[in-house]
Amino acid sequence: MTVSPAALRERPVSMTRARALGLFFLAVAIAMFVLFALGSDPGAETTFGLNPGHGGTAVRIGDLTLPSRETALLLSVVCAFLGGVQLTRGFGARTNLVIGVVAFLFVVAFLTWAAAGRSLNVVGLLSSTLLRAVPITFGALAGVLCERAGVVNIAIEGMLLSAAFTGSTVASATHNLWIGMLGGAAVGGLLGWFLAVLSIRYLVNQVIGGTAINLFALGITGFLSARVLEPYQELNNPGRFEPLAIPAFSKIPIIGPVLFDNNVFVYIMFALIALIYFGLFYTRWGLRVRAVGEHPRAADTVGIRVLLTRYRNVVLGGIVAGIGGAYFTLGSVGRFDENMTAGRGFIGLAAMIFGRWNPVGAFLAALVFGFADSLQTKLSILNVPIPSEFLLMAPYIVTIVVVASAGRKARMPAADGQPYVKE
Amino acid sequence: MGETAVKAPEAGRPEPRQEDGARTGHWWHSAVVPVLAVVTALAIGGLVIVFSDADLLRSWSGFFRHPLETLRLSWDVVWQSYKALFEGALGNPGDISRALVHGDWTALRQALSPLSETIVASTPLIFAGLSVAIGFKANLFNIGGEGQITVGAIAGTMVGFSFGWLPGPIHVLLIVLASFVGGAAWGFVPGILKAKTGAHEVIVTIMMNYIAYRLADYCLSTTFFRRPDRTDPISKPVDVAYPHLLGSDLRLNLGIVVALVVVAAVAYLLNRTIVGFEFRAVGANPDASRAAGISPGRVFVLVMTLAGGVAGMAGGNQLLSVSPSLTPGYSSGFGFDGIALALLGNTNPWGVVAAAFLFGAMRAGSRAMQAATATPVDIVTVIQALVIVFVAAPSLVRSIWRIKVPRPSGLEIVTKGYS
Repeated sequence: MTVSPAALRERPVSMTRARALGLFFLAVAIAMFVLFALGSDPGAETTFGLNPGHGGTAVRIGDLTLPSRETALLLSVVCAFLGGVQLTRGFGARTNLVIGVVAFLFVVAFLTWAAAGRSLNVVGLLSSTLLRAVPITFGALAGVLCERAGVVNIAIEGMLLSAAFTGSTVASATHNLWIGMLGGAAVGGLLGWFLAVLSIRYLVNQVIGGTAINLFALGITGFLSARVLEPYQELNNPGRFEPLAIPAFSKIPIIGPVLFDNNVFVYIMFALIALIYFGLFYTRWGLRVRAVGEHPRAADTVGIRVLLTRYRNVVLGGIVAGIGGAYFTLGSVGRFDENMTAGRGFIGLAAMIFGRWNPVGAFLAALVFGFADSLQTKLSILNVPIPSEFLLMAPYIVTIVVVASAGRKARMPAADGQPYVKE
Repeated sequence: MGETAVKAPEAGRPEPRQEDGARTGHWWHSAVVPVLAVVTALAIGGLVIVFSDADLLRSWSGFFRHPLETLRLSWDVVWQSYKALFEGALGNPGDISRALVHGDWTALRQALSPLSETIVASTPLIFAGLSVAIGFKANLFNIGGEGQITVGAIAGTMVGFSFGWLPGPIHVLLIVLASFVGGAAWGFVPGILKAKTGAHEVIVTIMMNYIAYRLADYCLSTTFFRRPDRTDPISKPVDVAYPHLLGSDLRLNLGIVVALVVVAAVAYLLNRTIVGFEFRAVGANPDASRAAGISPGRVFVLVMTLAGGVAGMAGGNQLLSVSPSLTPGYSSGFGFDGIALALLGNTNPWGVVAAAFLFGAMRAGSRAMQAATATPVDIVTVIQALVIVFVAAPSLVRSIWRIKVPRPSGLEIVTKGYS
């Protein structure tokens, strides 16, 4: 990845900020101790299941059973130690990594406490995290494609919803899941084209245009769902893609079943992440796209066709969102329900911001959201004494925290959102 | 898809026409585009109705054999749907005139009931549209109307069933204030985040919407909120209601008066006070405003809090007029309609009232339309979305209808991405 001079200069800013962070780590450590170590019954044990629920791995690993209290205590001690180091010396360039580590330790301690006296299947949790991250990733990738070229795409939610509807209906009508997926991709591309025309040719404010497309998608899918799908139930029965296990890799303990035993959407997602990453940062095409997004006038003077690039990228983004939308019906639920996307498109945008407009970063961010999402299901099963509605809020609160903390530091493409008028 | 983009001066956020004297001319010049936008949207909605009807599709497949018949059938279906929509919204002209001629007050009240329903349906929309319009004045996109209305309703409900011992008018006032405070608190969060961290209000407000929905779900699951004799999520009812204006068989109530008073107050605030000037200054140019001594951050917080409060009042209004108990999904899309209303009304408070009346008419009529012609109510959402598109892209409407572009002038305000 190209290393910009700005990134080289990027270090945690001042001593006060470093000290504040150190204190924060210590506070987290104390919270961990009080809530999770003292909160667990003495002698309770948490069992972390390390084998997949179905299928098998090459080696069957024994479940990891840890004493709840002592584990939480140990983790809080480690956090306190990290806090102490941060307070005195600071971690320099590795601070962000340490923040991640502290967050990870907190989550593990939380899980240890929540599952005290019971067992928690880690492989299931990871698998569920990945699956819930899929639509968010598709949305984020679509956002990356559009915004790297300078077009703000709020309409991802509408694209996902329309593609879910189209994919389900076309697949039911043609009895072919692949054609359904293609239909979803086509509709996504169509909406992308519409957004492009509105914002590039007619200079409509991109947020308004995107919101209008979202409303349109919501209305038309609801209308057609009531008008067409209800009387003709056979048009809402597409079936789903079955998981496809990659022969050798899926037998790797722990991560094998998580990564390599999924349906085709997950594999397409991985391919797209790699493809877009490589394309944006290692090809001439990508360089031109980024030039258009950063400084369209300079790109124009060099001969890059700015408006055509923007059209192409928005349509491509729409197609990616279309595939992601088809996931809802053809890869997950197996039928269309009204407004089934429930804001994942917007969470995808947040993932894109958190991931610094980088496909890999966006995917990692989507994993965080997917984890929050899957955690709330697991926790409600474990009868954790937090009302399920608050757990359901978790992904959205995480999004706000992410957007608020990434707000200033994230550097978006400089010309993002500004229409380009050729002179 | 050529290399030249259409240069449309009024692109971007609708510019405040009442301040730019060079643009005005006749007031109906500026009404042409919104009217045509609505007409075009209705036309496309009609196409959607036709081409989603199985019988009509069959008739269209034999178009060349009986073209006139096909067209007549299609026109019939669309006409029936829109006629039911119109009559559900404004009433049957025949009934109204008959009742007037005969001096029959009971029949007149019955004939006017669709109109009363329209006004009742428009009232929350006025609040919602006003809320978004306030945000637009400072160039902030308040997409959080849904959440603000929901939290306003939660606060209003809490006050509503708790203080039954207060005299009626005081209780009503308290509920209204509570709904304002609830919505304002929900608007405060994105405002302060934008001011302190630069977090883009679009994402934050959308997330706050979902959090508000879950908060309402939670409240409805507690014994404090829930009606004791019911297991489904419905809250204890609010003790009082707005008085009816035209007799108790029509739902027309004081809410519309409250709404219009708020509109007048906001219009005064925006156009004739220093605070309102600061809002508009920051909306036009935050950097110049900062140089002039106005703090954009403070304005962001004030604008979002005020916008949230006004939206919250929509929730309070619903509690006091049509549904005295909080239920899931209480905000029922008012927040999103508000965006369309603010655009259609050109962010002018009184324009918003006119647009709210139009959308209220569509909402009220859509139920009658679905009952009479089995056309699903969602077509109204489609039409509203198309209206937004056409109002936001006047040049699109102009190119469809081949209208000459008036002499350009004025501001061109664009999104600045996430900054």
